[in-house]
Amino acid sequence: VSEWVTVGRADDVPLLEGRSARYGEARIAVFRLAGGWAAIDHACPHAGGPLSDGIVADSCVICPLHNRRFDLATGEQVGGTDRVTTYEVRERDGLLEVRPAVEVLLDEAA
Amino acid sequence: MPFEDMTDRPRVLIVGGGIAGQAVCEQLAPRAQVTLACGEPRLPYDRVSLGRLLAGETPDALQLRPEDWYSDRGVDVRLGTWIAALELDAGTALTGNGELLHYDRVVLCTGSDALVPPMEGADSPGVCVFRGPEDCERIVEAAAGSRRAAVIGGGLLGLEAAYQLATMGVPVSVVHLMGRLMERQLDGAAAELLAPAIEALGVEVLLEHATEAVLADEATGAVRGLRFASGTELDCDLVVVAVGIRPQVGLARATGLDVERGIVVDDRMVTSHPRVLAVGECAQHRGIVHGIVAPIHDQAAVAARTALGDDALYEGSVPSAKLKVMGIELVTAGAAEGERAVVVADERDGTYRKLVLHEGRAAGAVLLGDTRGSELLLDAIRTAREVADPLGLLQEASQATAAELPDTAQVCNCNGVCKGEIVQAIRHGELGSTQEVVAVTRAGAGCGSCKPVVSELLAIERGGAVEEATYLCPCRKQTREELAGIVRAEGLESVSELSASCGAGRDCGACKPGLAYLVSEVCGNRHREERHARFINDRVHANIQNDGTFSVVPRMRGGVTSADELRRIADVVDKYEIPLVKVTGGQRIDLLGVRKEQLPAVWEELGMPSGHAYAKAVRTVKTCVGTDFCRFGLGDSMKLGIELESAMEGLYTPHKVKSAVSGCPRNCAESYVKDIGVVAVEGGWEVYIGGAAGGSVRKGDLLAKVDTPEDAKRLTLAFLQHYREQAEYLERTYGYVERVGLEAIQAAVLDPTEQAALLERFRIAKSAADPDPWQERHAPAVPKQFAELDTESEPVVVGPPVGAAL
Repeated sequence: VSEWVTVGRADDVPLLEGRSARYGEARIAVFRLAGGWAAIDHACPHAGGPLSDGIVADSCVICPLHNRRFDLATGEQVGGTDRVTTYEVRERDGLLEVRPAVEVLLDEAA
Repeated sequence: MPFEDMTDRPRVLIVGGGIAGQAVCEQLAPRAQVTLACGEPRLPYDRVSLGRLLAGETPDALQLRPEDWYSDRGVDVRLGTWIAALELDAGTALTGNGELLHYDRVVLCTGSDALVPPMEGADSPGVCVFRGPEDCERIVEAAAGSRRAAVIGGGLLGLEAAYQLATMGVPVSVVHLMGRLMERQLDGAAAELLAPAIEALGVEVLLEHATEAVLADEATGAVRGLRFASGTELDCDLVVVAVGIRPQVGLARATGLDVERGIVVDDRMVTSHPRVLAVGECAQHRGIVHGIVAPIHDQAAVAARTALGDDALYEGSVPSAKLKVMGIELVTAGAAEGERAVVVADERDGTYRKLVLHEGRAAGAVLLGDTRGSELLLDAIRTAREVADPLGLLQEASQATAAELPDTAQVCNCNGVCKGEIVQAIRHGELGSTQEVVAVTRAGAGCGSCKPVVSELLAIERGGAVEEATYLCPCRKQTREELAGIVRAEGLESVSELSASCGAGRDCGACKPGLAYLVSEVCGNRHREERHARFINDRVHANIQNDGTFSVVPRMRGGVTSADELRRIADVVDKYEIPLVKVTGGQRIDLLGVRKEQLPAVWEELGMPSGHAYAKAVRTVKTCVGTDFCRFGLGDSMKLGIELESAMEGLYTPHKVKSAVSGCPRNCAESYVKDIGVVAVEGGWEVYIGGAAGGSVRKGDLLAKVDTPEDAKRLTLAFLQHYREQAEYLERTYGYVERVGLEAIQAAVLDPTEQAALLERFRIAKSAADPDPWQERHAPAVPKQFAELDTESEPVVVGPPVGAAL
């Protein structure tokens, strides 16, 4: 399991908004939801739109360029076949820490 | 002609150009050589929507297919052609014009006539039926001078006719023989809730009234009232009879076919003669004559396959009906009563949802006041789905979105289109607007009541990228009016409060900017601003570009600038290495490719206010030079344009508003094609609204001609406020003007009292609007408003602008 990496301050992400951050070589988008945190790839797989600038609902975000919508829990496009990587986020002492979400593969479970 | 060589195609004569004839034609052409004989002098039209003719539309608007649709498919359409006789063994038909037509198969789609019950005086000139465009024309004509109208018949058709008459401003009574309205579709409880809802529209409901006679003036023959079996009378000068239909079976009978109430057909839709089929209201299948549209499509599909020599069986339809009366939602399907039924009702709101079961299977539904999930329930009824938990199914339906409907669910009952067909058409045809989907699939082309579902399917397929107004929150099926009602009733001040109260905006979030506008408008801009509900453009006050950078357009009122401003713009472009500077169509200068982090510093050094070019707001007032320099100028267009822009800027609107003022009718500022356009003419000013010259091109309508620039300004602002209050979110003025009509808008903004009230509300909204959101460079609304977690916005250098002389 990967280590937690600090990506920024929790206070810099307002409720139901997103901000982008650097995570190693990648850019991710971190969102503050009513029930906690979510993080996904920053670039929309369609045309690279900045997902951190999207409109956020209870559990999804809409890309500001062409309105592709992604489930923040699964990373899957709603009403489509694209998907983005999801990350786990936790808040420690006012800082946001991120690591890749653990994917449970069916083969492993079997 | 691509079909001429296909001589082995069967020749099929369709008798009757109604919805049934068209439905058969759709299924057959071009696989058969089709001749479509229409008795009426017009191409097939959507009789289901006849009420729209009473609302002022022309019959062309109801036409089902354009003329070239028929020629493209090699359909031989004969308008105004009655079939006088059929020689079945010879395979010929004699037309009323004496022409002989040849065929292999005949499909009778002769439809029905309006049933006029026997009563004294039924043939008086003031008695109309509600069946065809000519009838509507008569009704509209008679309604114009009518003091009171009576509609005989409290079924679907009668209620729709009565509603249209009431809408025309005619006091109207519905006279119904039975003890409850729509007794064929409704149970007693629903009918009892429907009656007061109908009465709330200004329609008097008289139940258990058997009309005995139409009373007419002996001298003139004019209708003066109705007399009932009870001996009581009703004063009225217009009578519309809408009690039912009588199948047109004359030709079938004369040809010797088996006829009972309708033309008897078997499960293949074949009559007693193997060469002849019958479809629609003239046909009687298993003892049933269907008088509503939905079964016609099922029958037409089977008839077409039979005519082409395929095997297909029609085993009956579940009748379903939708009442097309504004403000009353009513859908029924199958049986209204049965061995088991569950009901969820709210007596206060007048909503009633009932699911009827037969032997444990869905058999019927009545949905009044709340028709959510009707498609899901209809599908369950059509497929006689086994239902273990009927209350659970009702509950599931009330929360079902279009995404959850099975592909087999019929979305459009008028044209018989299933969800699966719509989704396929959107995917394969890459359709992007509801209008296109309607045009391609025909779903929504009838009564239009399924259009919200069509839009929803499109939004799902397109990932929400449909800029269309119907439901403001499509996920929760809430309209703008409903949501505004909630905001007012509960005194809400923010989108979060609205979401918490009714769920709007929580599911997909796409409607949040619309909700934000709604809340701000209802609260006269004294709402609590929440940035998460705004599109990114309105969070950073700049227009997002395809690479994630932004464009910056400073305010330049009336398109008038100065050397000083131009110099500062040039310096900013140099200093921040802005990749593109472009003059816009709205007489502004656009700086493109600015990074989010640069915005505050760029604004500071421009030293000009926001031009709101990123917002659904008043964008620009374009002007010509007018009397200042132009030798043709009649009015000072620059002065008025600049004043108007100052008055309107900073106010958000349902969609962007482009405006112009021209100093003479040469119209160099293009006022005719703006949302609001003002033109100086000899002796005054003309104000145009609803013009467009973008994706749509439309010349604006003349709202009024006024005497002075002050009058023009008042009128413009009154219209702007009216549009702000009344239009759907994302509805441009041209859509709004076309939807509600110029006259309604004139009535609202030209009346002195109304105008004064609009201007007062405008003043209130304007006084609380933020005139320059770019000031947030000094006081960001939220942390890192112009930066990311790992970046900082460039420092705002407060002081003399770059390039200014020291």
